Amino acid sequence: MAATLIDELRAFARAAVEAGNPEGMTADEADVLADRSDGTVLGYGAVVAKAHPPPRPGRGAPARRDDRAGGEHSDGDVELTVRLGIAAHPCLTGILLPPIGAARGVPQPRRLPGGRLATLWPRGTPVSPDAPDAVPWEAAGVLLARLHAVRPGDLAGDLPAPVPAMRGPAKAARAMRRLRSARGAGEGAATGTASPGSLAPELAAAADAVETAWALLPPWCRDEAPPPASRAGSLCHGDFHLGQLISHPRCGGSWLLIDVDDLGLGDPAWDLARPAAWYASGLLDPADWERFLGAYRHTAGEHCRDPWPLLDAPARTLTAQTAALGIVKAHAAGRPLDEAESACVEACVRMAHVDTTSTTRTISTGGRETNT
Amino acid sequence: MQCPKCGAPMQTFNRNGVQIEQCGGCRGIFLDYGELEALTRLESQWSQPAGPPPAAPYGQGGGPVPQSPQSYPTGPAWGAPHHGHHGHHRHGHKRGFGHMLFSS
Repeated sequence: MAATLIDELRAFARAAVEAGNPEGMTADEADVLADRSDGTVLGYGAVVAKAHPPPRPGRGAPARRDDRAGGEHSDGDVELTVRLGIAAHPCLTGILLPPIGAARGVPQPRRLPGGRLATLWPRGTPVSPDAPDAVPWEAAGVLLARLHAVRPGDLAGDLPAPVPAMRGPAKAARAMRRLRSARGAGEGAATGTASPGSLAPELAAAADAVETAWALLPPWCRDEAPPPASRAGSLCHGDFHLGQLISHPRCGGSWLLIDVDDLGLGDPAWDLARPAAWYASGLLDPADWERFLGAYRHTAGEHCRDPWPLLDAPARTLTAQTAALGIVKAHAAGRPLDEAESACVEACVRMAHVDTTSTTRTISTGGRETNT
Repeated sequence: MQCPKCGAPMQTFNRNGVQIEQCGGCRGIFLDYGELEALTRLESQWSQPAGPPPAAPYGQGGGPVPQSPQSYPTGPAWGAPHHGHHGHHRHGHKRGFGHMLFSS
């Protein structure tokens, strides 16, 4: 099935290259940049073709109250078109990589023969995973601050539908569903193909810790309720990590954000929360965290306020999400947790501990903000 | 780590984002470099707004301290220790770098 999808993507990209969309580029080799359940990405010369995730099955997020008209299927189409339109919008120039064809109006996603929606993007240079010291932490902070400063009202008139909600909490809930189906305790219709209850004892204990941390999160972080109004109105990336940065010669080699699949209105703290989670789990050097956060706060004009009351809930959510996916991966590979995955699980253990001995926690939020 | 005074094991916990080691035997407190200043800063910050002051039995009596832009807690209560001798986390950071920081 994956091979078919890749064939479809290759044909899509080749047609675009041959139609002369990108400047004088020829290519005969395609390479798969990512092939996951949440997206398959193929590089073809100067073009990148992405097959977007299939529409979610209807049973996800049952408690969401924004029941929109229309089937899940068409909603997905419209939302992707809106997200593509945002990336193509002049307000996002220098922030988000625009799709190919953006100069000629809002490009439409293409329906591949197999049913998946696909889009075309210029190919840029990603951050190298082998060079921790070359990560553009400041650029990342500045880009996110500029993204959050975009006023959604300035885009509305140019988009075919309202800006959808940022999908960060939905992704966290999805990670927990994957964890539950890995341990065979999937709620309801778990696909009973894999042997149920087969999580190794060490992984099962880790899964318990993640579940405990998850249960302590506010409902909006678990995608069980809309976020509070104060956390709902900013344009957010929704899935920021270091794989979401590329530099492109067309933009003078400066860094840009990519991947619009989770883009939408939500809590800006969510976009800072993954680096915050790495930092809090001991995976990110404090100096790097300061570079990222400092650049963000400087660009956003935020100073002097403790960022953690707002960061805390999203950072705990992303720590649980990362730990959950780490357990799923370790289980699939039949290996123990690696050091980074263990660090996230340990952070989940500490969350439960902090919450049960909550005097410290109550003091640390100083009564100024309650987000739990 | 062991308590330098009585030799009993010390437990790390978090006070307003500052990592503190407390001895399980004599209840003595060990602060890493800069943590005393961080606590002093925090106390002056939290004594300004109305509400209960931080009940810190080992708090440093706080005169007013000039507020710098960086005078916020360095992490959440559930954060991993990053200071001083907790060096093994640095290794985790370098080795874990490859995959985790690049994926959802």
